[in-house]
Amino acid sequence: MSGTTQPAGTRRDWLLSDTPASRAQARWGRRYQLWLAFRRNPLAVAGLAVVLAMLVLAIAAPLLATHDPGAQSLANRLQPPSAEHWLGTDELGRDTWSRLLYGGRVTLGMVVAVVILVAPLGLVVGCVAGYAGGLLDKVLMRVTDVFLAFPRLILALAFVAAMRPGVESAVIAIALTAWPPYARLARAETLTIRNTDYIAAVQMTGASPWRIIWKHVAPMCLPSLTVRVTLDMSSIILTAAGLGFLGLGAQPPIPEWGTMIATARRFILEQWWVPVIPGLAIFTASLAFNLLGDGLRDVLDPKQR
Amino acid sequence: MSNGNLVEIRDLHVDFPNPQGFTPAVRGISFSMGREKLGIVGESGSGKSVTGRALMRLLPEAARVRAGALRFDGTDILAASERQMRGLRGGRIGLIMQDPKYSLNPVMTVGAQIAEAWRAHNKGSKREARDAALTLLEQVKIRDPGRVLDSYPHEVSGGMGQRVMIAMMLAPNPDLLIADEPTSALDASVQAEILKLIEDLVSARGMGLMLISHDLPLVGRFCDRVVVMYAGQVMEELPARDLHRAQHAYTRGLLDCMPSLSQKRDRLPVLTRDAAWLEKRA
Amino acid sequence: MSETPMIEAAGLDVHFGSNHVVRDIAFQVAPGETYGLVGESGSGKSTVLRTIAGLVTGWDGTLRVAGQQLGPRRDRAFFRRVQMVFQDPYGSLHPRQTVDRILAEPLEVHGIEGAEARIARALEEVALPRAARFRYPHQLSGGQRQRVAIARALIADPSVLLLDEPTSALDVSVQAEVLNLLADLRVARQLTCILVSHNLAVIGHLCGRLAVMQHGRIVEELTEAQLRAGEAQHPHTRDLIALSHELEG
Repeated sequence: MSGTTQPAGTRRDWLLSDTPASRAQARWGRRYQLWLAFRRNPLAVAGLAVVLAMLVLAIAAPLLATHDPGAQSLANRLQPPSAEHWLGTDELGRDTWSRLLYGGRVTLGMVVAVVILVAPLGLVVGCVAGYAGGLLDKVLMRVTDVFLAFPRLILALAFVAAMRPGVESAVIAIALTAWPPYARLARAETLTIRNTDYIAAVQMTGASPWRIIWKHVAPMCLPSLTVRVTLDMSSIILTAAGLGFLGLGAQPPIPEWGTMIATARRFILEQWWVPVIPGLAIFTASLAFNLLGDGLRDVLDPKQR
Repeated sequence: MSNGNLVEIRDLHVDFPNPQGFTPAVRGISFSMGREKLGIVGESGSGKSVTGRALMRLLPEAARVRAGALRFDGTDILAASERQMRGLRGGRIGLIMQDPKYSLNPVMTVGAQIAEAWRAHNKGSKREARDAALTLLEQVKIRDPGRVLDSYPHEVSGGMGQRVMIAMMLAPNPDLLIADEPTSALDASVQAEILKLIEDLVSARGMGLMLISHDLPLVGRFCDRVVVMYAGQVMEELPARDLHRAQHAYTRGLLDCMPSLSQKRDRLPVLTRDAAWLEKRA
Repeated sequence: MSETPMIEAAGLDVHFGSNHVVRDIAFQVAPGETYGLVGESGSGKSTVLRTIAGLVTGWDGTLRVAGQQLGPRRDRAFFRRVQMVFQDPYGSLHPRQTVDRILAEPLEVHGIEGAEARIARALEEVALPRAARFRYPHQLSGGQRQRVAIARALIADPSVLLLDEPTSALDVSVQAEVLNLLADLRVARQLTCILVSHNLAVIGHLCGRLAVMQHGRIVEELTEAQLRAGEAQHPHTRDLIALSHELEG
C-alpha cells in the first residue's frame, strides 16, 4: 500500500476514497470495505480468530510443545491434567498437550491439502461445464454425478482400503469425494453469469472462451465457492478424523485428532479426559470454520458488492 | 386533527446509514393531500419512492425517519403500533409497485391471492372471497376473469399482472392508493390503459391516489396536482394543468430535455443542475 | 442505394426452440447511416440486433457487414468492426472490475498498443472525469455507467455500433446527455449505427430511417421525415405514433 506517503491517520480515508487513483487503491479499497462489513459480525470475527489461533499453534508446535509427542512413559499413563502434563497423558504415557499441537499439524494440514486439491478442480470443472454447455456439460456433469452418488465416507473407505492406509491416501480419498459439490455450485453460478450482459459484452470483444471463463466468469464464482469451502472445512475435518478413528487415516504413532480419539475410546468412562480433549479440539475447529463461513457468506454473497 | 386531509407530511427527513454515518434521502419535505390524484415526480435518487414508503412505514429498520408530522387520516404514522400499521398497509392504503412479476406470489393462483387479500380485511367464507375476487377482476376490466382467477402469475402478461395487482389492492377497499412507477415495466400502449384504469377506479371509489413516477408528462396527464422532487426536497408544487407553465428551472429542464416527435431538434437541451437547488429550502 | 451497404440483412429468421421470434427480416443500412428498429416488447427488435452481434445462435438467412457474409461464428476481426451498447447499464459492466480494467479488456484481446493513452482518451471522449477511471461500476451513476459502456464499445475503433435501448434505463435528463453524446460520436467517428428502442421519439431523434416491428416482422419501413409528417401506412405504426404524441402531451 502506498498509504505511507499520506499524512498519518488518513490511510482509512485513502482506502475508503470514492475516487481511487490507481488499480491497487481501488482493489484495496474494496477489500477494506469487505473487511469492515465482516468486522460487524462478532461471531464471524471470533471464528476467524480461533481458526488463525489454531493455525499458529499448529505451525509453532515445536516451540510450544512441552514434551516429545512420541515419547512414551508407561509409568505415567493416563494421568489427569497436572503442572507437568497440562492436558494429562494417554494410554502410553505420552503428553496429550504436545500430541494435540502436533496432531493439529496433521489434521489441519490434511484439511488444507484437501481444499487445495478440491476447490480449483471443482471450479474448473463447474465453470467449463456451465459455460460450454452441450455435450461437454453433459459428460462432465455425469462424471460429477457418479462421484456424488457415493456416500463420502464409504468411497473414501474403499479407496483407502485399496491403497496403503496413511495421511496421503486419506487426503486423496477425501478430495475425490469432496469435489463434486463444488463443481455443481460453480456450474450453477456459471449458468446465470453466462447469460448476463456483461459477459455478452466481453464476448463482443472477441475474447476466447478460455479467457472469458478465467478472467470474467471464475472470479464471480469464487465468493460462493469460498463460503462453501469454509463451511465444508468442518465436514472435511470430521471425515479425516473419522478415517483416523477407523484406522484408515494417519497411522500410529503419528498424532492425529481422530486417531487420538480412536485409541483412547476405551477410557471414556474412567479417564474421560483422554478422548474428550482431542474431541474438543475437533469440535472447536469445526465450529470456528462454520462461524467463519457464515460470516463470509453474509459479506460475500450479496451480488451487488 | 383531521382537517379533511388524507395525508399530511410536514418536514419529513429520511436518512440511510452508510459506513461513515448517514446519507440523507429525503431532506425536509412537506405536502398534504386529500382524496385527489397527486403526482410525485423526480429522477432516480430524488427521494420520491422513499417518501411513499415512509408513509407506509415500509423502510428498512436501519433508516432514520424524522418528521414534524407524518399523518394518514389523523393517525400518526411514526407513533402507530405495528398492529395499527398492519391495518393501514394493504387495508386503508394500497401499494402498487413497478413489476407485478416480483410482487405476486409465483406459487399461488391469482384468484387465491386476491381472495386472501380480501379475507384479510373482510369477514366472509371462502366462497364469498372467491366471488369477491371475481368481481374485482371484472372491475379491473379483465376480459375472461373466470380463467384468470385460476391461472398462476407466470401465465399472465405484464399488463394483466398489473391489473391483478390493482385488483388485490382494491380488495380491502382502501382510502389511498400509492402507485410507485406502476407502468414503467410495460409497453406504452399497455401503460396508457393501466393508468386510465387506475384513474377511473380512483375517481369512481373516491380514493386518493399518490402516483410516483419519473415521467413528468405522464403524471401531468393523469393527476390533479404535481409535486416535483429533486435531491430529497420539493422543488415545486403545481396543478397538473399548469405543468407547461412551470416556473422552476428544474421542472422546465425536465420537460425540455425529452426528444419529441412533433418538433425536430439537432441537439437536446441538457439540464444544468443549479447548486442552489441543493441548498436547504425553507 | 448505390454504394455497398454497411449492414445488410435478408430473409433473417431466428428460432428460440419452437418459438419463431424473428420472421423473414430484410433491411440495409448505408455507411454512416443510423437505422432505427422500433416496436413493443416481444416484437423481436432486440433479437435482430443480438443476432447481428453474434450473441444468438440458431438463425438462418443472410447477414452481411461491409459486404462480408457472416457465418454462425464471428472472428476477432468482426468484433473490431462491430460493437454493441446494452440496455441496462447496471448489468452490462462486470461488477468486480474497475472502469480501467473494463476498458483495458478489448485492448488486451486485440493486442492494441498504448493502452494507457487510449483509456485516458476514451474517458475524455465520453466526458467522464478522470477520477472515474479506477472506480467500480457500483460507485457510478446510471448515466456514467452507460458512458463507460459506450467508451468500451468505441475503444477499439469499430465502424458499426449496435445500440440496444441505450437510454431506456436512464432518467430523461441523463437520456438527453447520452443521446447528444451518441450524436456527436457518430459524426466524429463516422459510425454506422442501428438503434433499437421502444420510444419513437428517441428513434426519430437519432435515426434517418427506421423499421417498425411487430410479432417478429418488419411491418413498415419509413424515413424520419415520413415519421414526423405522419405518413405512416400500417395501423400498428399509426398506433405507436398516436401514443407517442399523446404522452408528449
